[in-house]
Amino acid sequence: MQTANLLPLVLVLAVVAYGLAYMRSRAVAEPLGGIRNLKSLPFYYAARAALWSAIPALIVLALWASFEGKVIQNVVMGSLPADLAPQSEGQASLTLSQISNVAAGKLDPALVPEGIAGAAGLLESLRAQSSQFKAILVLLITVLGAAFAWTRVMPHINARENVERTLRGIFFFCAAVAILTTIGIVFSVIFETVRFFGKVPISEFLFGTSWSPQTALRADQVGSDGAFGVIPLFTGTLMISAIALLVAVPVGLLSAVYLSEYATKPVRAVVKPLLEMLAGVPTVVYGFFAALTVAPFIRDVAELIGLEASSQSALAAGLVMGIMIIPFVSSLSDDVINAVPRALRDGSLALGATQSETMKNVIFPAALPGIMGGILLAASRAIGETMIVVMAAGLAANLTGNPLDSVTTVTVQIVTLLTGDQEFDSAKTLAAFALGMLLFIVTLILNVFALKIVRKYREQYD
Amino acid sequence: MTDQRSQAEIVRQSLKRRYRKERRFRFYGIAAIGVALLSLVILFTDIIGKGYTGFIKTTITLDVVLDGEVMYLQDAADPEQLDMADFQAPIIRALQQYFPEAQDRRDVRELSRLAGSYASNQVRDLLKAQPELLGTTQTLEFLAHDSVSVYVKHADNPSYSIRLSEQQQRWVDQLVADGVIDTAFNDVLFSRGDSREPSNAGILGAIVGSLLTMVVTLVIAFPVGVAAAIYLEEFAPQNRITDFIEVNINNLAAVPSIIFGLLGLAVFIGLFGMPRSVPVVGGLVLALMTLPTIIISSRAAIKSVPPSIREAAEGIGASKMQVVLHHVLPLAMPGMLTGSIIGMAQALGETAPLLLIGMVAFIVEVPDGFFSSATVLPVQIYLWAGSAEQGFVELASAGIMVLLTFLISMNALAIWLRKRLERRW
Repeated sequence: MQTANLLPLVLVLAVVAYGLAYMRSRAVAEPLGGIRNLKSLPFYYAARAALWSAIPALIVLALWASFEGKVIQNVVMGSLPADLAPQSEGQASLTLSQISNVAAGKLDPALVPEGIAGAAGLLESLRAQSSQFKAILVLLITVLGAAFAWTRVMPHINARENVERTLRGIFFFCAAVAILTTIGIVFSVIFETVRFFGKVPISEFLFGTSWSPQTALRADQVGSDGAFGVIPLFTGTLMISAIALLVAVPVGLLSAVYLSEYATKPVRAVVKPLLEMLAGVPTVVYGFFAALTVAPFIRDVAELIGLEASSQSALAAGLVMGIMIIPFVSSLSDDVINAVPRALRDGSLALGATQSETMKNVIFPAALPGIMGGILLAASRAIGETMIVVMAAGLAANLTGNPLDSVTTVTVQIVTLLTGDQEFDSAKTLAAFALGMLLFIVTLILNVFALKIVRKYREQYD
Repeated sequence: MTDQRSQAEIVRQSLKRRYRKERRFRFYGIAAIGVALLSLVILFTDIIGKGYTGFIKTTITLDVVLDGEVMYLQDAADPEQLDMADFQAPIIRALQQYFPEAQDRRDVRELSRLAGSYASNQVRDLLKAQPELLGTTQTLEFLAHDSVSVYVKHADNPSYSIRLSEQQQRWVDQLVADGVIDTAFNDVLFSRGDSREPSNAGILGAIVGSLLTMVVTLVIAFPVGVAAAIYLEEFAPQNRITDFIEVNINNLAAVPSIIFGLLGLAVFIGLFGMPRSVPVVGGLVLALMTLPTIIISSRAAIKSVPPSIREAAEGIGASKMQVVLHHVLPLAMPGMLTGSIIGMAQALGETAPLLLIGMVAFIVEVPDGFFSSATVLPVQIYLWAGSAEQGFVELASAGIMVLLTFLISMNALAIWLRKRLERRW
């Protein structure tokens, strides 16, 4: 039976268990003189039965469904005769897709070697067996759990405590998903990165100045060995992020200052949501805008004043990215400026300083650490931003300082390396994970640092 | 005395300068807001200006004589004959009624490129469905060829290149004057999946894909996020694990979205062997991505429930769990919903992680389930924006308008919910 059908079935059984336990608890309470002689309300006995029937079954179902594909795959591949056993991972995935195509009836078994056809048969029977076993096991666990809970509907047992403890456990697990996600991220990039460094030395990756991730199809091909130096990607990323920050920081900061110090309430009520709208626009829309409007415009203007600009200039991507992070900078600075105690402001104004002098000489220095934290967060966002640069920045890894040239970034390369059909273990694909690791580490450091500054600053005035 | 007066004098003299500085500073602020709002306006007008034509289709309406002899078709009920028949011919005949002079090979070829390339399929499908129509004359509406569509819609726009010959342009002009070629609301856009040809491409597939993905995201992220928020606010002991969870949530909120794509690729597809390009994997990845947003806003909502409510419930003997589930949670729900809607809006506009898990494939069929290959609206926009065919740009901007409409309505709903349901204590 399919997981998709099994899931509702388990839930229905849990509801049935709920109903049965509910009735039983009332029946048990009857001779004692009503439900007030039970340790817990009938609801809790019933809920306990539902939880006991559903939770173990769902855990088993989830584990089985997550791993059955892989296990069956390995068994099938292991069953192949020696002459068909794949030599490389690329070959393995090819053989595998052949087998599954035969099994699905998309490929005529007569067209493939006998071993493959046999493996396809095995695959099919294993799949059928697995789904049978899965269904039986899961349903058995459901029924057993319900039955056990049913027998445990006794007046002296505190079902409420059981249910509450279970719920607490579930809540804790949900909170721990955040940890699991982080672990998942770290492990998913670490394994591939280690494999990548097995093929390309780490020093070449970190300090190499040329990036052309070609891997040869034949050993004697021209330019067969790719270059995996990350420096040009890094400078490209930094240049685009720097342009973005050059736009976003002054604009965002000054708008925040105006909104918090000068603007009347109605103006603020209109302008603030409008600014935040900029943050709500999806990045793909900014990418579209950068690639099809801003970039051609910049090229035309540059031509007009006699400069040569690429149609995928860093400037276009950076400008648009800057627009995107304006609301980010402005709302963070707004928070920080508003957190500066009223007394500081009043004291300065009382001494006869103008509002701008108060702002520049009193509030701004007091808010500076917080603002720096906000800018760091904005920088980390700019470095990790993907769609704008994928659509508007180039693919060629130029090591250049000219913003009118085309540059490429870490995120662009991750996307280019991983979209399209590549085998999983080529240096090219692995390089994407190494880049992902680099990106993760850099943004993590920026974030941790920024959050620390912001928090420390907040505590100072709280 | 003189000292004081001179000091006052200095202050008075500097006042003018200081006020000027004050005005300048204020002006900078206004200018900054102006720049930000101006870019917003430019962004929107640019997209609307590029995209409103995406909502217009060009049609060509012809009286087609379904002549069996022209089509080499004697019996329209015979599938074998249907496979062999020439359905292009009656369309060309119908066009030749307007241009009898177009008889030689080249003219016929040019004439055949006025109607879209699926026009002959339309005739075939009609005859397949109603074989008795063979031999009759039917008034049929076809989609015009892409280059005709570009010519009709963008003849005076220099950024479009016209790919029609002079003769074809003359024909099209005449057909437009005769009302044979006309424009109408582009219902194709909302009723089909992707296509290689702009005039046949629609966003229905992408919308359905987005919807399926969002359902998965919501079903996972909302309960998990709320439960996590409840745990952290109400039950978590002050210890290292709790601190670690909090640090993790704050960091995950700032991790670049593309990293979640790598996670999905390595864990869900690589480790668990889930299929590529399916809404389930996309939804899982987006759920993990939006989880921090939902947790953070849900915690804020729980925090805003006043302690007096908790104390009152505890005072009449409710257990901690009862306090939370019966009293705190219902009161915090509006705030949680608002936060979740905003998180979902973010997820709906997200593109980068979905590129990595293969949701960029060219998919014509409208997806019919959580495990069928699909793409989503933002990815469809990305694909169209990078497409060489010129008609796709207007479709991409039309798609953007649809996407923005969804997002704006979701955010408006969130604001409305907050105004409507949130209580001030």
